[in-house]
Amino acid sequence: MLSILTEMLQYDFILRAFIVGIIISLCSALIGSSLVLRKQSMIGDGLSHVAFGSVAIATILGLAPIEFSIPIVIAASIFILRLSQNSKINGDAAIAALSASALAIGTFLISTNHGTNIDLNSYLFGSILAVSQHDAIICFFLGAIVIAIFLIFRRQIFAITFDELFAKAIGIKVSVHNTILAILCSLTIAIGMRTLGALLISSLIIFPCLSALQLSKNFRQNTIIATTISIICFIIGFAASYMLNAPTGATVVLVNLVAFTLCWIYSKLPE
Amino acid sequence: MTILQAKNLSLKYGNHYVFKNLSFKISQNDFLCIVGPNGSGKSTLLKCILGEIKPSSGEITFCKHPHTQHIGYLPQNPSINLNFPASAYEVVSMGALNQTRLFSPYPKAKIHTALKTLHIDNIAKQQFGTLSGGQRQRVLLARALVASTGFLVLDEPSNNLDYQAKKDFYKTLQNLNSRTTIVMVTHDLDHHNLIGNTILSLDPDFPFFGTTNEYVRKIHA
Repeated sequence: MLSILTEMLQYDFILRAFIVGIIISLCSALIGSSLVLRKQSMIGDGLSHVAFGSVAIATILGLAPIEFSIPIVIAASIFILRLSQNSKINGDAAIAALSASALAIGTFLISTNHGTNIDLNSYLFGSILAVSQHDAIICFFLGAIVIAIFLIFRRQIFAITFDELFAKAIGIKVSVHNTILAILCSLTIAIGMRTLGALLISSLIIFPCLSALQLSKNFRQNTIIATTISIICFIIGFAASYMLNAPTGATVVLVNLVAFTLCWIYSKLPE
Repeated sequence: MTILQAKNLSLKYGNHYVFKNLSFKISQNDFLCIVGPNGSGKSTLLKCILGEIKPSSGEITFCKHPHTQHIGYLPQNPSINLNFPASAYEVVSMGALNQTRLFSPYPKAKIHTALKTLHIDNIAKQQFGTLSGGQRQRVLLARALVASTGFLVLDEPSNNLDYQAKKDFYKTLQNLNSRTTIVMVTHDLDHHNLIGNTILSLDPDFPFFGTTNEYVRKIHA
């Protein structure tokens, strides 16, 4: 395993994708714990489709995909948040509608715009070849921002995730922290979509937390286990995709599925 | 010493009054029980005390007193996911968030005192969702205790507790009352099961504010 990794990382573009992948794994596991425990896992799915739609528009307009999609995904996340809190529209229905519409816009634009040479599969399922040096630098800085903000507000995020009503009663600005969480989720998806793909990035948010939930007894433990599982699964999936010449996103998700199954079996064993 | 005073408090939604012209006061170390039938506005009144809802008319005045600096709140049927991986200690620590700066550590001594006072220090490391109903309610009370500086607001805290757990819980509250002011909404208070020293009844057919003994006398009259 180590020799395969050493061999792979000799190539600059693979090294870039590897570093970006580690950062995304870390961010998605941190954010995922809150989303999964608040039963808002589908937000990640919806936002990744919005990211796909915005990347398609950016590419056709000749703009930088990540920079263009970040404000759009953030706006979408705040829109979903407000819609699920204030409107009579069911939150799940709002996410599904937004998600399908964004996917449809992206696919329609890419398919009908014959002047551009865009590989639809690379956006939907990710591609390690797609990570440029510029993308890697942006991912590194945005990833650092996501991790830093999460660590700063970890207690408040825990409080609103566990019991929003109580958090509000003791003076925590719940709507501000919900917006912070939505922005962090948007940034994670925007930076992760190019490597993992629009259809698969959300699974990286969900799986590590689901696996950690089988093993942990407290929130701190859950966060540490989820980030560890996420990074290990990424490294194994990344190396396996290189060896098997398989898509990276799909391989990483499959490794996460295996990890979840093992954790679930372990949790069912008698103590 | 009076620490909270409500004068001519009314709340209405449209043309419907939730409660009308309520006046009452809470003194230091009072144990006020708010009683009344379903829909009489008991929980809404608590939200007015907590500042979450503004009354349509009248006012609630908090006097400057250490007890009113931070209020500890135990919500009615908190919608907590029991599969949530949170230890009892983490849940109780959450109460300190309103008194802790962003990078300061939690006040461990206060958390440990709350755990000991409510006799849950032995289950502090256990997952919240795996505890019994009575133990969970004690953990949430400890959280409210940590959040407060001597003023607890409890919204039907004995809901979903069996007879023995309810009895134990009320005993704990009475012990806490020696150094804490308590306001509690309850629906299962009858004259055989009275706790606290003051009662506010929101029953439109039997409005009352006074001592528990007066309440009993009035019921029997």
